[in-house]
Amino acid sequence: MTSATLAGLVGAALVGLGLYGLIATALPLRKILAFNLMGSGVFLVFGIVARKGAAAGLQSDPVPQAMVITGIVVAFAASALAVALVLRLFNETGGATLDPDAWAKRPPDGAESE
Amino acid sequence: MSLLVDIFSVIAISAGVFFYLAGTVGLLRFPDTLSRLHALTKADNLGLGLVVLGLLPRAGSPLAALKLLAIWALVQLASATTAQLIGRAVRRKGRVA
Amino acid sequence: MILVQALDLGLGLLVFAVGAWTVFARGPFAATVGYVVYGLLLSLVWIRLFAVDVALTEAAIGSGVTGLLLIGAAARMRDAETTAHEKPLSGPLRLAIAALCVLVALALAAVVLLLPDNGPSLAPQSLHHLAETGLGNPVTAVLIAYRAFDTMLEKVVLVLAVVGVWSLAQDRYWGGAPGEARAERPEPTLAFLAQVLAPLGILVGVHIFWVGADEPGGAFQGGAILAAMWMIVMMARLSEAPATRARWLRLALIAGPVVFLAAGVAGAVFAGGFFAYPPGFAKPVILFIEAFMVLSIAVTLPMLVTGPPRRETRQ
Repeated sequence: MTSATLAGLVGAALVGLGLYGLIATALPLRKILAFNLMGSGVFLVFGIVARKGAAAGLQSDPVPQAMVITGIVVAFAASALAVALVLRLFNETGGATLDPDAWAKRPPDGAESE
Repeated sequence: MSLLVDIFSVIAISAGVFFYLAGTVGLLRFPDTLSRLHALTKADNLGLGLVVLGLLPRAGSPLAALKLLAIWALVQLASATTAQLIGRAVRRKGRVA
Repeated sequence: MILVQALDLGLGLLVFAVGAWTVFARGPFAATVGYVVYGLLLSLVWIRLFAVDVALTEAAIGSGVTGLLLIGAAARMRDAETTAHEKPLSGPLRLAIAALCVLVALALAAVVLLLPDNGPSLAPQSLHHLAETGLGNPVTAVLIAYRAFDTMLEKVVLVLAVVGVWSLAQDRYWGGAPGEARAERPEPTLAFLAQVLAPLGILVGVHIFWVGADEPGGAFQGGAILAAMWMIVMMARLSEAPATRARWLRLALIAGPVVFLAAGVAGAVFAGGFFAYPPGFAKPVILFIEAFMVLSIAVTLPMLVTGPPRRETRQ
């Protein structure tokens, strides 16, 4: 079993792990973490496709590598937006849960406290 | 000659790994945060120094060797500062996070 | 090569174990720290896959900047009584979810195992025209030359993310500044780190951007390091985040995609096709585009991490 196949299998396992974390955990921040885990697993599967495309003297096909680089940056941008949403939810309701019955309506604070 | 260099590298890197192991044992076994920080910073910095020392003869060029030393210096800077900050937080709040 | 295979196996198991800890750890802060460690280990896996550019990006952006974002969020929400109102998922439901996830993982694993050993590859084509672009690093050539349109759209996505984050400000803070104000007496340890690290980091960031034309590196990795230097200076409160209405900030944010698009349109006018580079002049054009990309990334990433405006700037 080559290192590329092993990395691909780890990537597949991480996708399953991340999916479980995304569905089964309650806190939105943990969901974002699990989502990032899933994303990096998908990138690892890309990585094995790139490695198996080694040809013409290159150790790894550059096109999937460029896609993964793009994917990492876009995943960060999406995580930043998601975290900003969660923090705004926390500011508005005092808790970080997605259960609408638990949202206690409070008036917005007069002064933001860190 | 290159056999001597290889032996030197293996010994230095093994010593470095041993120090890392010691630091990790300290992390797992010491009772409170400050003593764990002590174990980590001392042992890990020495371990990294030995690993870098073992890698220096195998660097491709003097520039690469200088880069290895720069990495060691930067890691020392970062870990020293982080240990200070964590120690300060522990002293102030009694716990970290 | 048994030793190398053992190393790979150990690394793979470690990555999976730290990932599992990220999902199942007790508190969100511990999970976030686990995620940073996971990202760094993942960079090692990318090195083993011979994708050094991706390893650099994963360490800088995937683990570094994302970890900073998540640790900041976890620290600010530390005291939230969160799941007190949620009833935990029942056992059989958890089992069903786990079974579904195992099924997905097995399907992906089957795909991975069924991949042909020397599959279709675009490596020969990438190398074929590499000399004309003047670059030595095929990944940079793919990003800026062959698939320049994708990279430009990715820069636009970053700008959209900043717009989205800024729009989450409270109405009275619109146009204000994110983060905390500059401190009169910044904390000495962090200030020392920022003052020593920032000049070195800027040097390293510019070097990685410049050397990305021929060796692993590039605009995203260099820009991420520059962004990290600005962020550490802001974290040490030696400098404060600018007001979001500041014109220079908005210009710097859009400079990257605008220059990129202008280069593409200029290619249509001067070189015979959208995003065509004039032959013999390709490398200067590419480096010109990349310089503005680095500027945009170095300004966008800290704005995404510091979040929506939270205070009014002192006039």
